[in-house]
Amino acid sequence: MEQTLAVRDLQTHFATPDGVLRAVDGVSFEVAPGRILGLVGESGSGKSVTGFSILGLIEPPGEVVGGSVAFEGRDITRLPEREMRALRGDRIAMVFQDPMMTLNPVLTVGTHLVETLRAHRSMSRAEAGRRACEALALVGIPAPAERLDAYPHEFSGGMRQRVAIAIALLHRPALIIADEPTTALDVTIQAQILSEVQKLARSQGTAVIWISHDLAVVSALADDIAVMYAGRIVERGPAREVLASPAHPYTRGLIASVASQNQRGQRLRQIRGMPPRLLDLGAGCAFRARCDHATAACERAPAESAFAAGHHLRCFNPQR
Amino acid sequence: MSTTPPALEARGVSQVYAPPKRAFEALARRLGAAPPPKGIQALDHVDLKVERGEVVGLVGESGCGKSTLARIVAGIRKPTSGEVLVDGKPLASLAGREAVAAKLRTQMIFQDPYASLNPRMRVAEIIAEAPRLHGLIRGSESDFVDRALERTGLDPSFKQRFPHQFSGGQRQRVVIARALAVNPGVLVCDEPVSALDVSIQAQVLNLFLDLREQLDLTYLFISHDLGVVQHVSDRVVIMYLGRIVEEAPTDEIFARPNHPYTRALLAETPRIALEPRDFNPISGEMPSPSNTPAGCHFHPRCPYAMPICLTAAPPLETIAPGHRSACHLNKVPSPETTEEIQE
Repeated sequence: MEQTLAVRDLQTHFATPDGVLRAVDGVSFEVAPGRILGLVGESGSGKSVTGFSILGLIEPPGEVVGGSVAFEGRDITRLPEREMRALRGDRIAMVFQDPMMTLNPVLTVGTHLVETLRAHRSMSRAEAGRRACEALALVGIPAPAERLDAYPHEFSGGMRQRVAIAIALLHRPALIIADEPTTALDVTIQAQILSEVQKLARSQGTAVIWISHDLAVVSALADDIAVMYAGRIVERGPAREVLASPAHPYTRGLIASVASQNQRGQRLRQIRGMPPRLLDLGAGCAFRARCDHATAACERAPAESAFAAGHHLRCFNPQR
Repeated sequence: MSTTPPALEARGVSQVYAPPKRAFEALARRLGAAPPPKGIQALDHVDLKVERGEVVGLVGESGCGKSTLARIVAGIRKPTSGEVLVDGKPLASLAGREAVAAKLRTQMIFQDPYASLNPRMRVAEIIAEAPRLHGLIRGSESDFVDRALERTGLDPSFKQRFPHQFSGGQRQRVVIARALAVNPGVLVCDEPVSALDVSIQAQVLNLFLDLREQLDLTYLFISHDLGVVQHVSDRVVIMYLGRIVEEAPTDEIFARPNHPYTRALLAETPRIALEPRDFNPISGEMPSPSNTPAGCHFHPRCPYAMPICLTAAPPLETIAPGHRSACHLNKVPSPETTEEIQE
């Protein structure tokens, strides 16, 4: 099957006064139509920058310095800005964590939807209004026709995120990049949004990249999982495979440290130390200082290798 | 056990936030053109007990009143009505030295360690300020600060640093060290690990568990994360829109959740699963506390709602030893409701 998106050796660096910060350092993955990829990592691991890099939204001092992003077979990293704009919001859509930041507070919800529709297709206002109404209904907003005239502040957090998702879905994109879209929401509302996204990916064949720090959310939603640490994907593969037999010590530590995986009242199994500063990385595996299995070999950076079918790893000492 | 009063107790605590006064509306009301203002009922007759040495987990979604309740039992905010008892003594009746002692006995830890530390104070000053003021430092202040930092796993050589020089996890350790510096018996923790990365969360939760053992602490532990609450708590209290809907020992509530809201929460809390699962969320959202539904607050979203739920608020009643739930379904159910439950 042709991949919707194939990212190869992506490198995004930021020039800072203290040196070059390699926020994304050789990231590769692919997403097929109708599949959901969970991109998991802690703050600073480069998961959001990966999403922004795919969309061509990196601004100076940041720069995509290497690698390719093939969207539906075409490399979009060197695309002129005008063509990139035509893609964004049409074939590739993004949903961000905070819907209050993505919605303009002085425009009605209807205006947001109609503008997005007319930016990419020529259609009458009436036709756009009708499509906008359908889009709101699709994401489960009650009384959509009346809500078109409401302003973002009149919506609850969960409803605002539904609006953001409705905007993303307007042109039936081939790819949606969702960056922590439910992190600010309550669990019952989160479940509603996850349910909608899962249905849409299945019914419309949309490929989804779901960026999150929450392994539990990702495990419930994703078909494939990629775990990022300090700018690199350390482990990726089918979700079941990665969760049931994680091979990278960091993935294993992450799964073990989730509270519900441990005995009540017992000390949690913790990963010692803290994530490194990206500027101080140096050569070698970025996790080695916190790793119980590090050896002399880890002074060099491990390349990505196939561990099992579709299961890739960056580690010299994979665990079984 | 029965002779020792609870470390913390809230009795019939209600909190109404009055709406802001606007001149025009006040005038309109005087002329009879506007209804009287409705306050926001954040808490509605809440009873809560935290026994000495116990860890009580308080769970609820944003806007349910859990943070308001935390601030009230910690003595930071006075409730609109009802009373708070510390070691069996009403907080409001205490005066002078006793009032100060009761305040120091309960310390609070907040979610955001970036917002709760003064960015212009050095860590040594942040930790020593309160105990110095209350005359709690015996011997050298420098040694006192060193011990306080070591207790929470921080290197004392960092004490001349400013908060911004620490990571989020370290900052939360500074917050904990500051709270413990006045020798409290009770910590009220409001989402203390939610702002931290997953691998750091485990470290801070372990610190809470260790400190409880070393210092014989009592916790009221507030979180929206049921996994975290299940891990640390002896007893769990579930809140919905200003009321407690269910409380039970931790194992009991996870094994036999009674209230439909608790069941929905448990079903929808993400856990690490090997297969993508189908979601079956309850519909709707929690109504605004400024416009609460009559009867049971949960009835608009409840799949089992009956006529009585629309009019009468169900009382919190004992359904098993130590297990209380506020749901009309627990009273002699009529045939059609049992059918629904069995489905």
